[in-house]
Amino acid sequence: MAADVVMPQMGESIFEGTITKWLKKPGDKVERDEPLFEISTDKVDAEIPSPSAGVLKEIKVSEGQTVPINTVVAVIDAAGAAAAAPAPAPAKATPAPAPVPVPVAAPAPKPQIVPPPAPQPAAVAPAASATKEAARVHSSPLVRRMAKEHGIDLTTVPGTGSGGRVSKQDIEAAISGSAAPAAVSAPAAAASAAQRVAPPPVAPAPLAGGGGPAAHGTQYVPALQIGVPRERIYHGDYEVEPLSNMRQKIAEHMVASKHVSPHVYSVDEIDMTKVAALRAKSKDEFEKSYGTKLTFMPFFVKAVVAGLRAFPPLNSSLDGTNVVRHKEINIGIAVALDWGLIVPVIKNADEKNILGIQRTMNDLADRARTKKLKPEEVQEGTFSITNPGVFGGLFGMPVISQPNVGILGLGAIEKRPVVINDSIAIRSMCYVTLSYDHRVVDGAIAHQFLHKVKETLENWSEPLV
Amino acid sequence: MGQVTFLDAIKQAMQEEMERDPTVVLIGEDVGVYGGAFKTSEGLLAKFGWERVIDTPISESAIVGAACGMSYLGLRPIAEMQFIDFIVCAFNQITNFVAKGHYLWDAPAPIVIRGPAGGGVHGGPFHSANPEMYFVHTPGLKVIYPSTPYDAKGLLKAAIRDNNPVLFFEHKFLYRRIKEEIPEDDYVVPIGKAAVRREGKHLTIVSYAAMMHTALEAADELAKSGIEAEVIDLRTLAPLDSDTIVESVKKTNRCLVVHEDTKTGGIAGEIAAILCERAFGHLDGPLMRVTALDTPVPYAPTLEEYFLPNKEKVVHAARELARY
Repeated sequence: MAADVVMPQMGESIFEGTITKWLKKPGDKVERDEPLFEISTDKVDAEIPSPSAGVLKEIKVSEGQTVPINTVVAVIDAAGAAAAAPAPAPAKATPAPAPVPVPVAAPAPKPQIVPPPAPQPAAVAPAASATKEAARVHSSPLVRRMAKEHGIDLTTVPGTGSGGRVSKQDIEAAISGSAAPAAVSAPAAAASAAQRVAPPPVAPAPLAGGGGPAAHGTQYVPALQIGVPRERIYHGDYEVEPLSNMRQKIAEHMVASKHVSPHVYSVDEIDMTKVAALRAKSKDEFEKSYGTKLTFMPFFVKAVVAGLRAFPPLNSSLDGTNVVRHKEINIGIAVALDWGLIVPVIKNADEKNILGIQRTMNDLADRARTKKLKPEEVQEGTFSITNPGVFGGLFGMPVISQPNVGILGLGAIEKRPVVINDSIAIRSMCYVTLSYDHRVVDGAIAHQFLHKVKETLENWSEPLV
Repeated sequence: MGQVTFLDAIKQAMQEEMERDPTVVLIGEDVGVYGGAFKTSEGLLAKFGWERVIDTPISESAIVGAACGMSYLGLRPIAEMQFIDFIVCAFNQITNFVAKGHYLWDAPAPIVIRGPAGGGVHGGPFHSANPEMYFVHTPGLKVIYPSTPYDAKGLLKAAIRDNNPVLFFEHKFLYRRIKEEIPEDDYVVPIGKAAVRREGKHLTIVSYAAMMHTALEAADELAKSGIEAEVIDLRTLAPLDSDTIVESVKKTNRCLVVHEDTKTGGIAGEIAAILCERAFGHLDGPLMRVTALDTPVPYAPTLEEYFLPNKEKVVHAARELARY
């Protein structure tokens, strides 16, 4: 019995995905839920687990290819699980036609034009048939007994118990023959989830050139244009490596943001002495009590929340001729990764205290670093914070994360001499930069917002928990 | 006969048995003039006289030793522990003499040792214990821990009539909280027989004593989300009615044991082993247990609440098991 592996839908607004890496070769044995390939979408990178156990028979979509969701990317031969003959010479993966939908007019030529052919790593033939452990199916004594009694191969029974375990119901379904191995319930769930508030009708955004709603990240932006004739790039001694999928997405997003939003930058300086003292005083106790380090970030998040509450225009998005005022305050926090950058979102940050924010942040950041973020966790941000100060920056001029209209950049907190009541004092100071979309926000509001943030931090009075 | 509390049921059982059989005597601290710390023997002194309702000094060792001696001479004493926590003061008498007498010397000791056990009443570490497992582990003893007035009366009568030494635990949380109509005529409930208190098909919850009621409440809660739990009330811990447990688990394939005793060495472990021995091929999930923590019973009410199993903990574990 062969089972198709399809490109999963990793979020309701995602319609295609790029296979960045195959973790198995044709002929390899795979277990159910064992990571099979890595994908990259508009929103996240993720490891995709195998939907069933068996032998990877065929890879239909090779690395680097982008295909619509539900495209069959591989075939797993479940029956072959037991009779895994010495792996045949890896069948040459015939790339599927891969109908890449190009719904937008005037697509910029995708720069798959890296001139020097990337040196193909010589495929090392696997040392002949390394003894593999028999695929272990998680079940239970009852299930194994029932499978034996009815002559059912447990590797062919889809498990719905905890951790994909084959439960009594699953084996009963298999016995009664109603088991639909590839029963995918995801589309149904996605469909119901899609019944959300429909966006109000709007005049098309003039600049978006027919991009329609949810236009960010679409192909009209010439994100990867080069500014000089190509030959001027290649000179002397060099190496070429392809831009990762994530970097391509970042490039698209940044160019789109700078293209769409006229950025204005306002800078203010905040005296963090009070917060620094509070943090220094409480951080050991805090870590001991709650098992999480106390950083400055939650204080900034709380201050930004106070600012957004006082100045709602900064907590909005622009859709053509409509301003969408968000009632929720969802703060995106830029997390630097070894391979790029991602902005997971603290949902309803206004409803959380310092501890709650710190915990949520740590959890999101940890999972960002292990590629375990869910697509919805990088969506629906209404404002963002980025912290170049952590790398020692005095201040930064961040690019707005669309479709927000503002982003706050935090500089390094360091002791500086400042004048207070005509005397010079040593205070813990921090520059903060607000980048804002001048289409929606004017300087007056921006500076008042910054002042609110500053005031909140300088007169900190909230308890930590 | 109307609604009867757990306390009344105990008193009725003792009174009726003392009326029925002149060899039945009651011995313990304050059981006579004071009528028992929980008034389970109120009026018995007046009715049966000081020779059959015997007040003793504060020495559990002496109470059980005396009862054992009486039983050798043909009496059927009921020895009351004012709080069951102090039964361990008589541990040597019970485990070395009472339990082994029949085996060693053909000298059966038909005595009943009974008293209030269990927590949930803010009694603290010396007045809340559940020491049943010391004795379940001792061959030669029968151990009963009922959950309802009907069973309390019927099992106590059966215990008094039994020719083996029987330990009879009464959960003091239930003393006045549980009321039930019980028949007027003489009846006994057989020792060593569990009761299925509720039928279900998704999992079996095995429990006893006060936790049986918690298990039933949890089962009601679970039913709201479509999980039908079968609830078994052990009633007798030794000899354990493993047939009823095994039969139920063969039907539901999942088993949760809930007991107020602490976890390590509690009866849940024994049940897990029995299910592995007798129903392994029927298990669709691990045996789970909700028990008290492995500490003495805390005195502070909030800590005691944290220490004891409750409905929420049972529901949580049962959901996890049902989903497993």
